Amino acid sequence: MADTTAALLTTADGKPLKAALVRAQSRARRRALLLVLPLLLFILVSFVLPIGELLKQSVENDYFTANMPRTVQWFQTHPAGTPPDEAAFAAVALDLKDGYTARTAPLAGTRVNYDMPGTRSLFTSTARKAAQMQPPYKDALLAADPKWGDPMLWATMRRVAPAISDDFYLAALDRTRDVNGNIVQVSQDQRIYIMLFLRTFGLAAAITFICFLMGYPVAHLLATLPLRKSNLLMILVLLPFWTSLLVRTTAWIVLLQREGVVNDVLVWLGIIDNQHRLAMMYNQTGTIIAMTHILLPFMILPLYSVMRPIPPSYARAARSLGATSWTTFRRIYFPQTLPGIGAGSLLVFILAVGYYITPALVGGASGQLISNLIAFHLQNSLNWSLGAALAALLLVAVILLYWLYDRLVGIDKLKLG
Amino acid sequence: MALPVYASPLERLWRWVFRILCGAVLLFLIAPIIVVIPLSFNAEPYFTFTSKMLHFDPAGYSMQWYDKLLTFGMQEPGHERNWAWWSDVWQNAKWVNAAKNSIIIGFFATLVSTGLGTLAALGLSRPEMPYRRAIMAILISPMIVPIIITATGLFFFYSDPGLPYPYLSFSPFGLHFGYFSLHDAFGFRLAGTYLGVILAHATLGIPFAIITVTATLIGFDHSLTRAAANLGASPTTTFFKVIMPLILPGVISGGLFAFVTSFDEVVVVLFIGAPDQQTIPRQMWNGIREQISPAILAVATILVVISIAMLATLELLRRRGERLRGMSPQ
Repeated sequence: MADTTAALLTTADGKPLKAALVRAQSRARRRALLLVLPLLLFILVSFVLPIGELLKQSVENDYFTANMPRTVQWFQTHPAGTPPDEAAFAAVALDLKDGYTARTAPLAGTRVNYDMPGTRSLFTSTARKAAQMQPPYKDALLAADPKWGDPMLWATMRRVAPAISDDFYLAALDRTRDVNGNIVQVSQDQRIYIMLFLRTFGLAAAITFICFLMGYPVAHLLATLPLRKSNLLMILVLLPFWTSLLVRTTAWIVLLQREGVVNDVLVWLGIIDNQHRLAMMYNQTGTIIAMTHILLPFMILPLYSVMRPIPPSYARAARSLGATSWTTFRRIYFPQTLPGIGAGSLLVFILAVGYYITPALVGGASGQLISNLIAFHLQNSLNWSLGAALAALLLVAVILLYWLYDRLVGIDKLKLG
Repeated sequence: MALPVYASPLERLWRWVFRILCGAVLLFLIAPIIVVIPLSFNAEPYFTFTSKMLHFDPAGYSMQWYDKLLTFGMQEPGHERNWAWWSDVWQNAKWVNAAKNSIIIGFFATLVSTGLGTLAALGLSRPEMPYRRAIMAILISPMIVPIIITATGLFFFYSDPGLPYPYLSFSPFGLHFGYFSLHDAFGFRLAGTYLGVILAHATLGIPFAIITVTATLIGFDHSLTRAAANLGASPTTTFFKVIMPLILPGVISGGLFAFVTSFDEVVVVLFIGAPDQQTIPRQMWNGIREQISPAILAVATILVVISIAMLATLELLRRRGERLRGMSPQ
């Protein structure tokens, strides 16, 4: 019966309807995909590949590998733990000699220096003397600098010999490898990155919470006022949202600095005296105030869009059944706004975790976040691979949060203004 | 939200406290932006209100910081203000050059992101679109991934002399600029070029174009395109005569968002731009980091005025869009 019905249903030119429908649907799918394809390719080239390049940079560094080929060869042919023999010293001396002519010795030294501070100058100075060195090279190198006899130096060189390593991730997590290759924490005074990650997440959480505390009442007010009035007040939220980030940061510098408007007003009101002006800028306080201001609209807007459609009759019903206003809020209104709280908090947190400009300008030393360290390694210390590893770790955190946002809120629910 | 008659005195009190709290938060939001405006007319090089300013004495106010914007970087700022002076301004003044750069970069970045973004949004809002959620997640990600990470990736990607990478055949050098890749193949770098900054800014603007245009298309009645086809219009005619007029407000507001994103972007420019690509935000960044002068406040004021204009334009577009789609009864 089913077979005969299917056979009967055909299109005008006699093809089975089912097949024609499948073909039409796949054509429609292809056409939709074709519209998206140019942009997808563009994003792939201009965004996904650069991120891939960053990940590659975080595990790969060939400064040493490319410029010390003989030494690398020696490490490959001799198992870990072999004390350096004359051949090893000869390899180093000859590599440094070549490195001096090609001016690449500092580069190789830089790579070792990342893991063992102070070795860059050792490579540079020894390379200068290497041109005149005669065998036996062991004595020649030790004469040039006794540091060449340090087993730690050899262990470090062995570790950096492969171009691809997890060294930079270890460094980004305040870990390193000792002489025997075990992963250990770096010395107390060098542990900075975990502390910075914690500070970044802590500050982001604090800012998210402050934004929630400030944004919730305002969103509620906007959602319950008549549309004409709330649209007017909405301008006060949207104008900062549309104003340049640098303008807002500048404004806070002007307001909060020692001779700034806020301190002047406080002195004028007699709350503080002229000698004890508050230091609200170039520290964590400045970062928190400015970032809260910048991120607050990202909390208010999702809250507002969730609160607006909540019918006031629910609250009235609760009151008529005897609930106090507090119970009504706690049991009826608040649970209905939870999706907005989730959306707003996640968005603010995600944006806060990666903030760079504001902490860089108003953060001082104590308000720096992980982003600022990434920029520091790229522009000042020039340890690109470490910067890339830090960026990759931050990226993992952000992608997890993004995934969570997509699951809870849905990317297509994202709205602007 | 008038209080019901059964409200207790405590509730009436709370209502006032609540309103004051909200007022304080709104003040916190708007005050920093408003304060900058009068301070930019300060006659003294201070960042606070002088007593003359507070007494509305005209001597406390001046246009000198706006004047500085024109003269800063000029060859002969003291020259008589004739045609030659203005031509000097146009060619050498740093802020004027920064504005030119910002507008050029912003314009082309917006063109790329809005063009490609609108096309993609049309595809994404079709009911038969496969993998919609995954694709959407990828296209929105430039907005979510911290700018410092994007900038770092672009920094490596653009400056890499780029020898043995298997994907080079797909890279911008190979695909779009074939003539570069022929002779100085891997020697050409996007780092430090206008093209590099424009492509990066276009990438950052794409999520905004996608979000606004897909939002417009949610209320789109697909029977209109079928009706057009029924009446004999080709897909192209349908697009330009039926779809485009309806989604145009969304496209323009997406374009505005994309332009503002580029116009306000400093990190990518700092990382991959050469000194030539001095944009307004970069000039501001330098100004704030080195020696902050009230001239920055003059720039800030101009930017605030621009953003007020943008906000007004957007609001008009939103109303027009709603009217066109018959969503708003008034």
